[in-house]
Formats: sequence, structure tokens, C-alpha cells
Amino acid sequence: MSFPWANEYKPSNAFTRYLDEKLPLPRFVYNAVGAGYPVPRNLNYFWNFGVLAGVALMVQIVSGIILAMHYAAEGTVAFASVEHIMRDVNAGWFIRYAHMNGASMFFIVVYIHIFRGLFYGSYKPPREMVWHLGLVIFLLMMATAFMGYVLPWGQMSFWGAKVITGLFGAIPLVGEPIQTWLLGGFAPDNAALNRFFSLHYLLPFVILGVIVLHIWALHIPGSSNPTGVEVKSEQDTVPFHPYYTAKDGVGVAAFFLVFATLLFFAPNFLGEPDNYIPANPMSTPANIVPEWYFWPFYAILRAFTVDFLFIPAKLLGVLAMFAAILLLFFLPWLDTSAVRSGHYRPLFRKFFWFGLIPCIVVLGYCGGSHATDGIVLISQFAAAYYFAHFLIILPLIARVETPKPLPNSITEAVLAQHATLQPAE
Amino acid sequence: MASLKEDSATAGGDQGGVRRRDFINVAAASFAGVGAVSVALPLINQMNPSADVLAEASTEVDVSAIAPGQAIKTIFRKQPLFVRHLTPEEIAAAEKVSTSELRDPQTLEERTKAGKKQWLVTMGVCTHLGCVPLGAAAGEIKGEFGGYFCPCHGSSYDTAGRIRKGPAPKNLMVPEYAFTSDTVIKVG
Repeated sequence: MSFPWANEYKPSNAFTRYLDEKLPLPRFVYNAVGAGYPVPRNLNYFWNFGVLAGVALMVQIVSGIILAMHYAAEGTVAFASVEHIMRDVNAGWFIRYAHMNGASMFFIVVYIHIFRGLFYGSYKPPREMVWHLGLVIFLLMMATAFMGYVLPWGQMSFWGAKVITGLFGAIPLVGEPIQTWLLGGFAPDNAALNRFFSLHYLLPFVILGVIVLHIWALHIPGSSNPTGVEVKSEQDTVPFHPYYTAKDGVGVAAFFLVFATLLFFAPNFLGEPDNYIPANPMSTPANIVPEWYFWPFYAILRAFTVDFLFIPAKLLGVLAMFAAILLLFFLPWLDTSAVRSGHYRPLFRKFFWFGLIPCIVVLGYCGGSHATDGIVLISQFAAAYYFAHFLIILPLIARVETPKPLPNSITEAVLAQHATLQPAE
Repeated sequence: MASLKEDSATAGGDQGGVRRRDFINVAAASFAGVGAVSVALPLINQMNPSADVLAEASTEVDVSAIAPGQAIKTIFRKQPLFVRHLTPEEIAAAEKVSTSELRDPQTLEERTKAGKKQWLVTMGVCTHLGCVPLGAAAGEIKGEFGGYFCPCHGSSYDTAGRIRKGPAPKNLMVPEYAFTSDTVIKVG
């Protein structure tokens, strides 16, 4: 692990020397996120988002633990207990809005983190395990966010729970028993609410565990960088601390600026007003929509309207939605180009910015809209492109593209850029 | 360490690589495995509906007040139930359709009780993902086939509650029910 020129931890006083002998935790931290971890010197601000995701998770865990002190997971009082937090608990509104918008912030930074990986080819060997663990974290996040959204027991909570658990009902034969088993009843009710609360409390700590594995796996080959060229010598790297702790500090400040703006000035901007109506099993909201971070997947779910062969449309939609994420696990073998960074891949770059990104934006828009014929038609084209991008276009690009010449080293790339920025005197 | 390895290797003598200790290993692992499974079963089964959820009495509905063309929403097993009094035009519209063009072929007769085909009793649960379709209460849109319309993903049902358009795979489910008198039905 790490490079031979990494700084070595030297305990400075008698106490740290004693600690280093009995429990070398300071040494571990020093090597993981301190001066003992050499990092490529050319990381841009997109490399902040891993740390930002960690910060967002901490915000969620702290605010969530506090909310759990005031919340009651019982069908008849859950909605009222959330309103109690909003109106009566000291600073309850602040903690609840922080948790609500913190979830959105978490997804924003994680999506940017994922797209950073997609553009710079971070998923390619030797970091494919890092990518896979990241996807596991993403799946856990989705499950956690979904169950958390059910807890206020508003209209969207209830109907979201019904629709999402209904997805499992699409599985042939065993679907309905599975749905009943997940809910503990025939429709979402007290049993479902309680188990969702229990799991919503548990899963963030599972995420924390997988993050440890994610970082562990990352530190074996070391961080990637915008050129995609591997570290070759000591002059290609700088110690994580103080260089990237400082750079990440800038990012964390910007993160909290955006977060605070959302929290204090538009706390309900990303939410659905219908969730302030108590859950009513007899009346479906006019437009059931999940939270914004699920819109692209929801659009794919709704894009299937006709049966194909013996498979009903409903099952196709469900399979496609899950496939849209599971597909990403195969990415390291779908994109066979030896060049990692999109920076040196002219064709890949065009399809990334003008294909994949607009496709996901369109899917997101469709997923958040009312399902009219036109919206469904657009989702169908966008969903088709999404799958084609990963299954057909990426493998083809890898075959036909002529990448731009790569720099010999990170240092060479940095110095070349420096020369163009500041012409020789 | 070396002597320990030697011991275990020679414990049962060399019988084609199988040692007596292997039997103990397999037996111990099997014993623990069976124990783990027998503990896991109740842990999994506790997720299924509890006795109080399952012990739901059947529902009686008085349909005498429902005029032709009207429908009511009531609750059966914590889910909406639609009881609809079809008009002669609606019955004719449902019977005009040939079953060969239906996704889930069923006639109106098969979906109602003998001699009571003006009474359409269905669950108010869309067979796609479980939303409550519109069309039962006055003023709600009934979709292009005049029955029910699910606002979630646009499934349209006809006047017999059969799926005609959209992602839902099945007709609205007809629960088990019987007429206890001319105007009272017992569901469940």
C-alpha cells in the first residue's frame, strides 16, 4: 500500500509514542488521510466530492440521531410527531430541515462524485473494486433515502411506499408474497412504518462501513487524477495533508454555503407539498413522484407500456430500472479503452457531454413530470439511449477512437499547463 | 505449528486424502448450519403480517343507495374497494368488446354475479403499482374507456374494470363476495 516515498509517522511525545505502541490509531489516520498518504499533485475540484459525501453522511447521521429522539414511528402519531418536531421542539425545525435537505445535498455530491468517476475513467482497473464498492454505497443510500422518506407518513410517504414495494409485486409467482412480507400487511401500515424506521437507522452505519472498505480499496493503487496517467515518481505527488486537507476545506465551505442557502431560504423547494397531507390510503395524490434524486430511474420504470413476448410491461419496467444501476457494475469491462481520462478521448468526451448528460437530465425531467403520452414517449427514447450508451456506444468508441497523446507523467502535464498559463518571461 | 499440522494429517491415516477429522469438521459445520437456519426462520417470518393484521373481518356493504351510474369507495382489508352500479349503456359498452382484444381476457359476466351484472365490485387498487384509480367518486375523470383511470402511470380501465391501456398487467381484482340480500353484499 501507498508509495515508498510516503512520509513516515513519527510520534512526537511520550504519550503518542506510548499510544503508537499500544493502539496505533494516530499512525493509521496519518497514513490514511494525513501527511503519510501521497496524492497526485494535479487533482482538480471534482476530487473534492468524495470528502463532501463523507461530510454529508455525517450531517445526516448527527441530525438523524437527534430527530429519532423526538420522532414516533407509529401510524397514528408519526405525522403529528414530525409536526411536533417542526413546531414545538427547540430548534426542531432546523434539525429536521437540515436532515431533509441534507439528503438532497448528499445525493447532489454523490452524483457529481459518480460522474467524476465516469468522465475520468476512475472505474477502470486497477480501481474497479473502488467503483463497485461505490455502487454498493449508492444502492444502500437509495434504500436508506426511500425508507426515510416514508417516515413522516404524509401522502407521498404512503404512496411512495406503496408504489416502490409494489415493484416487488411484479416478480412472477413470488412477487406478491414478497411484497406482503416486506410490508407486513396488504398495504403500508404500522408494521411497515416501524421496520422502515429500524432499517433507516441501521443502514447509514452500514454505509459508513462500506465507505471504510471503499477508501481502503482506493488506497491500494492510490487516487486517480485528471490525466488518468498513473503516479510514476515522488514529484508526481504531494502529501494529502496539508495540501488536500486545505483544498477540501475550500470545498467544504462551498458545500455548507449551498446547503445553508437551501436550508434557510428554500427548505421545501426540493420537497413535495403533498407530503404535508397526512397519509390517506383511500386517496392517491394526483401525481405520485419520488424525490428528485430518483426521477431518472422513475422515468425508466414508466417508459415500458407494452408487453414484450411473455413478459408483462410492469415487470419490464421494474427490470429496466434495476438494470440501469446494475449495468454500472459491468462498466469496467464495457469500456475497454486503455486511456482513462475523458480529457484525452475526443469521441468519448462528445458522447459524455452531448449524449449521456442530456439523456439523464431529460430522464430526470420526465420522471418528475405527470405521465402524459408525450412524456412517456420522450422517456422511452432517453431510456433507450441510456442503455445504448453503456452497452453499445462505449464499447464501440473504445474500438474506433484515436485518443490524444498522453503526457509521460503527471508532472509533465502540470508543467505543460503551467507554461501555457504563464508564458515564459 | 509444524507438529500440530503433522498430527492432524496423520490422525486418520492416509485414505485417499480423506481424514477422520474431516468428518468432525463437516458434522460441526452442518450442526451449526442447521442451528443457524432454524434461528433465521423466525427472524425472517416475523416480517410477515401479524395475527391482528390477518384477523380482519369481512366487510358488509349496503348498495341500495347507489344510483345507476354512481359508485362508492369503501375499505376492505385496509385497501379501497369500489362498488359500481353500471348503467345499461355501460353494460352494453363492456359487452361490445370482444375478449380477444383484451390484455386480460374476461367478460363482464365472469366479473359479476349471475343476474347482477349491473353491480361491478372490484378492488380500488391499480394492478400496476397499487395506486387508487380515479372514476369512483362523482366528478373524477374516468379515462378514455369510461371506467377508471389511474393517475400514477396512466392505466385506463373500462366499464367492467378491465385493463385497456397503460402499464397495468391485469384487470382490477374482483374480491370474493356474495349478495346476502338484494341490496347487501358481504365481501371476504
